[in-house]
Amino acid sequence: MRVEGAACVNEPREQSVLRLEGVGKSLGGRRILNDVSLSLRKGELKVLIGPSGAGKSTLLQCANCLIRPDQGEIFLDGERLNQHNSGQLRLFRRQVGMIFQDFNLFDHLSAQGNVSIALEKVRGLSRREAGERALAELARVGLADRAALYPAELSGGQKQRVALARALAMDPRAILLDEPTSALDPELVGEVLAVIRDLAAGGMTMLMATHQMDFARALADEILFMDNGRIIEQGGPDVLLRQGAGTRTLDFCTRLSLELAGRDGLKANGLELLP
Amino acid sequence: MDWNFYLNDIFPVLNRGLRMSLALILPSATLGLAGGFVLGMARAFGPSWLRKAGDVYTALFRGVPLVVQLFMLYYALPRLGLYLDGFSAAVLGFTLCSAAYHSEYVRGAALSVKQGQFRAAQALGMSPLQTALYVLAPQTMRRALPGCGNEIVYLIKYSSLAYLTTCVELTGEAKVLASQTYRYPEIFMAAGVYYLALTSLASLVLGKIEKRLRVPGFGRTI
Ligand SMILES: Nc1ncnc2c1ncn2[C@@H]1O[C@H](COP(=O)(O)OP(=O)(O)OP(=O)(O)O)[C@@H](O)[C@H]1O
Ligand SMILES: [Mg+2]
Repeated sequence: MRVEGAACVNEPREQSVLRLEGVGKSLGGRRILNDVSLSLRKGELKVLIGPSGAGKSTLLQCANCLIRPDQGEIFLDGERLNQHNSGQLRLFRRQVGMIFQDFNLFDHLSAQGNVSIALEKVRGLSRREAGERALAELARVGLADRAALYPAELSGGQKQRVALARALAMDPRAILLDEPTSALDPELVGEVLAVIRDLAAGGMTMLMATHQMDFARALADEILFMDNGRIIEQGGPDVLLRQGAGTRTLDFCTRLSLELAGRDGLKANGLELLP
Repeated sequence: MDWNFYLNDIFPVLNRGLRMSLALILPSATLGLAGGFVLGMARAFGPSWLRKAGDVYTALFRGVPLVVQLFMLYYALPRLGLYLDGFSAAVLGFTLCSAAYHSEYVRGAALSVKQGQFRAAQALGMSPLQTALYVLAPQTMRRALPGCGNEIVYLIKYSSLAYLTTCVELTGEAKVLASQTYRYPEIFMAAGVYYLALTSLASLVLGKIEKRLRVPGFGRTI
């Protein structure tokens, strides 16, 4: 519950962990992000939804400067990021974790190696310390017994959990997640969402693009609905997704669930022709 | 079988040739591998002018027979005022040629590293150099190793072309001895066994390295 009022005057916007202000990006001569502002307070989980091509991935990558925005500012703990200072940029990135749709684990390293490599090479821990910390993080995502396995030997859900452990090991201030479950078989979605739910419960600050509407409804502090490179609606799930709310968000979710139901229906009848 | 001929005449001569062969092969293999690695990376990730230059180099050195390359280095360069002794010309020729072949394997291997891993490394705060060292290089090495290993085995065999630049190694010594004694079959059979031993040893060592570096999802798919 957010209290707006006198108390906030003394604790101004510095309260937010990660804040974007007027971020814009053009790619290939097209405006892909247009004047996007958002802020994540400590412990908040915000969910980004919107049709394909809306700019969700681009926004998430701009938010940790994997894609450099050409307009706007990014603040971490109230401090403005200077995009052109590569040292500051690296320091910033390691404090803002990133989870990708297709995991992007390092193929030549075991699960433990994937988690420990940046601890060792970026944070400068000794090999032993890094290895121990990596094991602890793998245990946190329920993979202590898989530490020695390589990405090729892990299921999709396990890979994404290793990716989460890898991000968590950096002690990030916030984590950005780009459709972390959409490359997974349906039966593996749950194990990844469970880890994210635990993180949310533990007070991790997160911005997540997803189509898992039940998850968003249950856990999001706020839903951001994007289309054409802009956030066009935002608010709590209870507001945006209330029966008869008449919002674009509700409209989109209804269509999404109809589509899913339709596809499952066809599948059940063995009529599905296209993947 | 005339063992004394083997012991007293063939082996000492071939051993001398073997030393020369090794003196040719070891630097050529090392320099060729290093050059091929740099060239392959440049062809994979360099600016477009460098990629094109690398492609032209590779096409040239893979397309022209090694014999012709060696003749050019040894007999044509002096016309331009650049004199190389036979040994240097051979090592240079082998190095330039094998670098071209290695670069093919390295380039293919480097391009097959999934791009998303570079973004993941960047997102963890790795610098471009760290990404190259800890993500790109180890994967490229593993993928290129089988091809590069074959190339080194080829190098052992084509090192016999060094006689063209008057550098007398294993084959050269065998040829000289045979022409003096007319015992071609014995001498070349022995030389063949020497080469076989060298290539087997190289394959063995390369296989060991490959096994040592083996990671599920990499390496030979057959
Ligand atoms: N490098 C690029 N050059 C040009 N256009 C790009 C580039 N990357 C993305 N785009 C375009 O930007 C738009 C937004 O892409 P983005 O991947 O951010 O969408 P998204 O909301 O994540 O979609 P999805 O749900 O399919 O993942 C798309 O229209 C896409 O075609
Ligand atoms: Mg996307």
